[in-house]
Amino acid sequence: MFTIAFAIFIPFIAAVLIPFIYKRSPRRIGWFVLVIPIILFIGLVRLIPRVANGETMLNTISWMPSAGVDFTTYLDGLSLIFALLITGVGSLVILYSIYYLSEREALGHFYVYLLLFMGAMLGVVFSDNMIVLYVFWELTSISSFLLIAFWYHRKKSRYGAQKSLLITVSGGLAMLVGFIMLHQMTGSFSVRENIAGITDFIGHDLFIPAMILVLLGAFTKSAQFPFHIWLPDAMEAPTPVSAYLHSATMVKAGIYLVARFTPVFGMDSTWFYVVSSVGIFTLFWGSFNAVRQNDLKALLAYSTISQLGLVMSLFGIGSAALHSGYNEHVVLYSQATFAALFHLINHSTFKGALFMVVGIVDHNVGTRDIRRLGGLMSLMPVTFSIALIGSFSMAGLPPFNGFLSKEMFFEAMLLLRDMEFLSMGAWGTIFPVIAWVASIFTFVYSMIIVFQTFFGEHQPDRLDREAHEASLGMLIAPAILAVFVVAIFFFPNVIGQYLIRPAMAAVYPSFADVDALTPHIQAWHGPNTALWMTVGVVIVGLLLYKYLKYWRSMYSIGPFRWNLDSVYNGTLNLLGRGSTLLTNTYMTGYLRDYLVYIFGFFTLVVGGSLFFVGGASFDMTNDAPITINEYILVFVMMAAGILMVFAKSRVTTILLNGVLGYAIALFFVFFRAPDLALTQIVVETVTTALFLLSFHFLPDFKREKTARPSKIINGLIAVSVGVVVTVIALSVQGNQLFESVSTYFEDAYELAGGQNIVNAILGDFRAFDTMLEVVVLFIAGIGVYTLIKLKAQKGGRDVEK
Amino acid sequence: METLITILAGVLVTVAVYLLLSRSIIRIILGSAVLSHAVHLLLMVMGGLKTGSAPLLGENASSYTDALPQALILTAIVISFAVTAFLLVLAYRTYQETGTDDLQELRGFIDE
Repeated sequence: MFTIAFAIFIPFIAAVLIPFIYKRSPRRIGWFVLVIPIILFIGLVRLIPRVANGETMLNTISWMPSAGVDFTTYLDGLSLIFALLITGVGSLVILYSIYYLSEREALGHFYVYLLLFMGAMLGVVFSDNMIVLYVFWELTSISSFLLIAFWYHRKKSRYGAQKSLLITVSGGLAMLVGFIMLHQMTGSFSVRENIAGITDFIGHDLFIPAMILVLLGAFTKSAQFPFHIWLPDAMEAPTPVSAYLHSATMVKAGIYLVARFTPVFGMDSTWFYVVSSVGIFTLFWGSFNAVRQNDLKALLAYSTISQLGLVMSLFGIGSAALHSGYNEHVVLYSQATFAALFHLINHSTFKGALFMVVGIVDHNVGTRDIRRLGGLMSLMPVTFSIALIGSFSMAGLPPFNGFLSKEMFFEAMLLLRDMEFLSMGAWGTIFPVIAWVASIFTFVYSMIIVFQTFFGEHQPDRLDREAHEASLGMLIAPAILAVFVVAIFFFPNVIGQYLIRPAMAAVYPSFADVDALTPHIQAWHGPNTALWMTVGVVIVGLLLYKYLKYWRSMYSIGPFRWNLDSVYNGTLNLLGRGSTLLTNTYMTGYLRDYLVYIFGFFTLVVGGSLFFVGGASFDMTNDAPITINEYILVFVMMAAGILMVFAKSRVTTILLNGVLGYAIALFFVFFRAPDLALTQIVVETVTTALFLLSFHFLPDFKREKTARPSKIINGLIAVSVGVVVTVIALSVQGNQLFESVSTYFEDAYELAGGQNIVNAILGDFRAFDTMLEVVVLFIAGIGVYTLIKLKAQKGGRDVEK
Repeated sequence: METLITILAGVLVTVAVYLLLSRSIIRIILGSAVLSHAVHLLLMVMGGLKTGSAPLLGENASSYTDALPQALILTAIVISFAVTAFLLVLAYRTYQETGTDDLQELRGFIDE
């Protein structure tokens, strides 16, 4: 039986096995890994008919029921789309990576990280429990970190990895807080139960904070403005990783989260405003910045940011359908969500293909800089065809799938013009305008990819390697994606009916049985506004591309040069220097200072709370009577102790310590503890001898050079600690809260066969303690022996023999 | 009796803390030895003093002193002996390697 939890665990299990297999056959490791996503993909494809019929699969493995955390997997239309992308694109990327990565690379590490990511990502989309989802969510960030830093000898790789980790993990933490707030309101960590239960809490104080925090998680992960800055730096990863994590799957986790939580938060108009405006601005900002890039991968990174913004804004508009009961608005606005899901799939196909093409170019000629590239069309015809298909789809031209979703995007944006119930006013017109401008930039950079790489003048002397067509193995994966790009254009309704319809039901659970939510996708729908917008994009785009070199210089002037990276770097620098400064003020490297912190803390916290709670109380009524020789002994010990502080010679001090030890032995006699007295006498004798012996090797007391004020502080601390300890001990004697357990041991003879109770406790009742105590003695003995016997050889530096 | 011994333990703690705060290693080791003396006395006090005969069942007494603190103290004596011995040797070796027993001089360098 193919259960969903199984699908999450398979990649993790495989990841554990990789190091062993890699050791055996380092060359074929990729083929072994390839099997895993293919099996998972086939298994998931077989589930499509059932999910298309409206079935969902729920499976719970009990984990921490008392905390409301269970390992619940949930498969519905939405998670199925993502899971198919993860395993499908995953298979192609692994196939591609087999040919892309040289056998000299640390392939074992690479595939472990990749499988780790795949399992974590499947965990994100299949988890119903928000805490489990969070764990997998952070695990994707960590595996992404490892993959970006795969070539860790490069400084830029490490920088990019750290940046992505810092940004996505802090977003993830915000999301966790949001989840906990949701739990505070509805009392459940289950997404499904939250969808059902949240309606009573829409006006709740925590509702908006929880929404914003969850969105922070989604925006950081999906590289939305202003958190997008990590994605271009993440391009230091090997290209298969960029194609997989940073365009097709991981960055879409934020999109998934927004889609998943639309039924939770979508009823509130804040969700609509925040998601759609952040999305549309990211769309514009990403496409605007993509045009100025010279590195093809950086260009694709900004284009991914922009396309993610597009999908995000569509989900924002789609949430408007939840604002009223069922009426014509629902069908109208839900089309935005449909377009979002459709474009999500399309984007994975064409962007994946483009990344792989750029990887091929980089691999074969040794550069991705468009200023050095050109005229590769005749040398790399297959690569060129794939690049053409991908780019034109991205630009929104027929006959490619990007055209269909772009048209739907324009239509959704145009809806905002006459949106009455949210009183958008003038803003309703700005949205389609921004969308249109951003699409022009999208068109321009799509043209840059094709024409500046494959047309123009070939400059062989500026390339590191001679250009030639890629091997068949490298071309298969992008070619399959390119076939999808074309096929989806001709048969869009297969995707629409089988994949997107059940996903729509997941986003709009209350309208799950409304058939009109799933439109019939048509390439030709008459000359409407959206089509004219596309025509406008092409005309203006072509003009802008033609005169690119005249207006591109505007990027270097004034406000356009300003970027968020310097803000990030500055903050990071400031944090580092600030914490160094702070640490250096209290980590002095001097033992006394640390002890002062500990004792000071002890006095303030323990003594302070005792004082404020009023826990100090004395009761001397049960005290045993004192005999004259006990008075004498106490006096002797106090005198010996105080004299130790003032003793000038070390022999005096050690003798005073001996006095203390033997006096305690006498006390043990008075207090009816013969075993203790015997042990104490033996140990004290040996200790004193040890001290005297070590004095032979140690210098005499020097006059303490400590300044008088710090001596006074030492004295004050010592006295206050002594007072606190005394007060606590006296209070403890005054309050007996529990019956003593000691009477139990008085049956020592029956229970342990010993008449000496102390011995019975040590040797029988608590024999394990005694054994470990012997171990401590043993370890100390080894320590003493090694410290005395082992010395560094002369000439040898640190190696001790 | 209990109150008197507790105050004695408090005085010993004061002495121990003062010695621990000083600069010479040997004083610090002595401080830790005094501190363990003080703790032993405290443990003893916690069980109540002289509440009966020594905890030997052969005595056939009507009541016995609390045996549990005694067992704990016995363990503690041995452990504190081990620690003291180890610290002494550590001090010896430190002095041999660095030529000083002053913690102020032994402090680490500021990194970088």
